[in-house]
Parts: sequence; structure tokens; C-alpha cells
Amino acid sequence: MENGFEPVMIGFTCNWCSYRAADLAGTSRVKYPPNVRLIRLMCSGRLDPTFVLKALSAGADGVMITGCHPGECHYLEQNYKAMRRVMLLKRTIAQMGIEPERVKLVWASAAEGIHLAHEITNFVDEIKALGPLDWPTAPRRRALEEIEQLEVEEVPA
Amino acid sequence: MTENGKPKFAMYWAASCGGCEIAVLNIHEAILDVDANFEIVFWPVAMDAKYKDVEAMEDGEIFLTLFNGGIRNAENEHLAHLMRQKSQLLIAFGSCATEGCIPGLANLSTSEQIFETVYQGPSTENDDSVRPQYMTQMPEGIIEIPIFCPTLRTLQDVVDVDYYIPGCPPESHQIAAVIGLVISVLNGEAELPPKGSTIGVGDSTVCDECPRERDVKRIKQFTRIQELEQIDPDLCLLEQGILCMGPATASGCDSRCPIAGAPCIGCYGPPVGVLDQGARMMTALASVIDSRDPEEIETILDGIVDPAGSFYKFSMAHSLLKAARPSENGR
Repeated sequence: MENGFEPVMIGFTCNWCSYRAADLAGTSRVKYPPNVRLIRLMCSGRLDPTFVLKALSAGADGVMITGCHPGECHYLEQNYKAMRRVMLLKRTIAQMGIEPERVKLVWASAAEGIHLAHEITNFVDEIKALGPLDWPTAPRRRALEEIEQLEVEEVPA
Repeated sequence: MTENGKPKFAMYWAASCGGCEIAVLNIHEAILDVDANFEIVFWPVAMDAKYKDVEAMEDGEIFLTLFNGGIRNAENEHLAHLMRQKSQLLIAFGSCATEGCIPGLANLSTSEQIFETVYQGPSTENDDSVRPQYMTQMPEGIIEIPIFCPTLRTLQDVVDVDYYIPGCPPESHQIAAVIGLVISVLNGEAELPPKGSTIGVGDSTVCDECPRERDVKRIKQFTRIQELEQIDPDLCLLEQGILCMGPATASGCDSRCPIAGAPCIGCYGPPVGVLDQGARMMTALASVIDSRDPEEIETILDGIVDPAGSFYKFSMAHSLLKAARPSENGR
């Protein structure tokens, strides 16, 4: 593992639950590592595996997909679809030489800000342990390293 | 223009099987239109010509080049650059040049594994472990063979490509239509499509053209076609649990395989607007697997023996990931 490796992570969050969970974590001042960049989808069932593959091939070290708990999907059962897609995707990327653990599916309701923050923290640690993916098609990390050198100050809510 | 005033035509094969050439000859009497309208200057499989003849040409002297095959070694790459330089229209012809096709599946293996299979495989007698040497000193001088690249690349990864014609091989009627179009353009009767277009292909999916009946797709088990005792001649193959790439494959072939009772294997590549054929197939399959229980889903997925090899059978080299990553233990 590289010293000081800060993974780039993408999180695809469901509008009806986990995106609000992230909001709740924010308003409750629950801290989680800033490595994950959240992208809001209307539903985890909107997740096309293309998004994950594009993220990994363009420089992400890990991708998190979050949705409503089974049985609680705003669109009835699309989170089951997401679950099956992620399971199939993991099998496929394993054959491509990518650790399946780099893709993670998490259920988090709108009330579970702390749970989501906890899961993100864990996932960042797991990806740090795995090390950088640095997929050959990804652009260099130079720009990111420059950003990391900037001092970040905490702004009160 | 040649002495007889006809524009020049070339066809080259890189890492390919030769099926694309056969497909061109298979356009029947339309091949006479090719001869009537073009001067064939370079076509290694059909006529004698040397690379130096092409090298001696002016830039852009060839009007139309159909380039089939992927870029596997230094010779393929050299010819890709040469044909680009000498051609006004360079067309990636067939699945190999467009998406990597079957040779692209080698991107799941390292060069060493490929050599191991080829030169030391069970069907090869090679007790002295002889391997090709890129340079060999002989009394007459040094003999060189082209260097083998670490991965197979598509034509567009190496040079600028004007148009793409997918298919393994492209269907004869699609080839005839494209050649007809080029001839119309030469006669000033038609205009070329926008550069970079995929031509000779339908605008939908194989499923859309398939006459098999579709009911409610709910799959509890995947089976390989050879393991089935009987196949329903009228019902959708996917609904029978056979992995059919129809939902993730561009139309254009008149869904020949499903009509004949064999599943689509995806040779026409992703439909227009789809970035990654395998991802589209994963999306489609996950939607129709009839289970909500993770353990049961895993069991159902076990029926798909080789997901990457099945979903990217033809498009591995042009997928988002392009090639597998060799791990430290020399995967």
C-alpha cells in the first residue's frame, strides 16, 4: 500500500433513501471521509453497470452503490434489480482482474445517516487496504495530488 | 485515379480469421460492381501485392480501404498507419477491427499465458520449449519478426477511422448496401454519412428483429444449450434459460442465430448509443432473474459459467475496461 494513499471513490445514492441519509449525516455533523463523491440517482435500480465500469476505468478505486432496504424501494422492487446487477458485475470484474470488493452495495434508509457514514468510513478503509486500482485507461492522478496538497478548512454549518 | 480512371480499392487483414474476406466475396454478383467501379490495388488474400507497392503510393491515393482484423503485433500496427495514410476512406470492417472480436478475448490473458498455450499447449509437441525470437542472427544477416503487443487493440485505438462496419462477419446484404452507397457517392448521387458512423447495421437490437415469442421473462436457471434435451422452437431462447445476447446486440443480421435455434453470441456489437455491450447484458439479465434471495441468485448466476467471456465475446477490446489487469502472481 502506498503511503498517504487517498482513494478516489464514487457513490451512487438513491434519491429516496441513502442520498437523504447522507444529507442527514451532514446536518447531524456526522463525519465521514471525503474520499467518496456522491452521485444521486432516482433509484439504485437506475444503476447501469456501465456507470461502475466507467468510474473504475476512469480512475476510481472503489464504487459504492446505496439503496433502500429490501422491501422498501420507492419503485417497489428495483433495489432487488440493483442487487442482482451488482452480484453479476462483481463476478465479471473479478475475471478482469479487479477485486470484487472494490464494488459495494449498501442499504441505508433516509433515517440512517450514522449507518451510512459508518459504511462509507469502513469502505474507505477497505479500499485503502486494497491499494490504488490505477486502471491502465485512467488519466494520471497528478491533478488530484495537487488538490490534496491544498489546506482544507472546516466551515461551520 | 488509375489509368482506367477508376478509384482504388484495398482490403487488408490484420489479426483476423479471413472470414471477412469470404463475406466480401459472398456478396455474389455485387462483387462485379466492385470490380466495375474500383481498381483493386491491394488485397493480400485475393491478389499478389507487396507492402512496398503501397508504400510507394501517394498519400490518399486509395479511395476506399476495408481494414479487418485487430491490432495484435507491430506489423498490424504498421499496416494500420500505412493504410490510413494512403486511404481517403478507412473503414474498420468486421468485429475484429471494430471491437476486437474473438482475438480480443486474449485480453483476459497475459502474453506469457498466450505463448504458453500456443507453443506448449496439449496439442503442441515442443520438448525443447522453442519460442519465437523477435531477432535471429543468421549467416545472411538478422531476421526479424513483428513484436507481439501486450493486448489486442482495435483499429480506432491506433489510427483515425472513418466508418465502422460490425459483424462477425458482416452480413452480405449489409456489405453490398455499403458498397452500393459508396458507388452512389462516387457518382454524386448520395452523400456519405457523418464521419465516425457505424454503418451496415440496424438501429435496434437483435431481440427486436427476432421472431421468437416473448412472454414474461422470469429466469430461474441458466442452462447451456448443449445441456438441453429439447428446445422450444418458438419461444424466446433467453426465457428458456439459454444465455442469448440478443438484448445487448445491435440488429442488422436479421437475427439469424436465434431463428436457427442457436443463441445470439453478440457479434454485431453493442446497439447504437450503448457504450459497453457487457454492461448492457448485465443490466438486461439482472432484470429478468426471478429471485430476491441473495443465495438463490448466486446459485442462478453459477449457471453463467464465464460471464466476462460471454458478455464480451466480441467487444472485449472495445469495452470500458478493454483488457484484464495482470495481477502480481501473473494471473
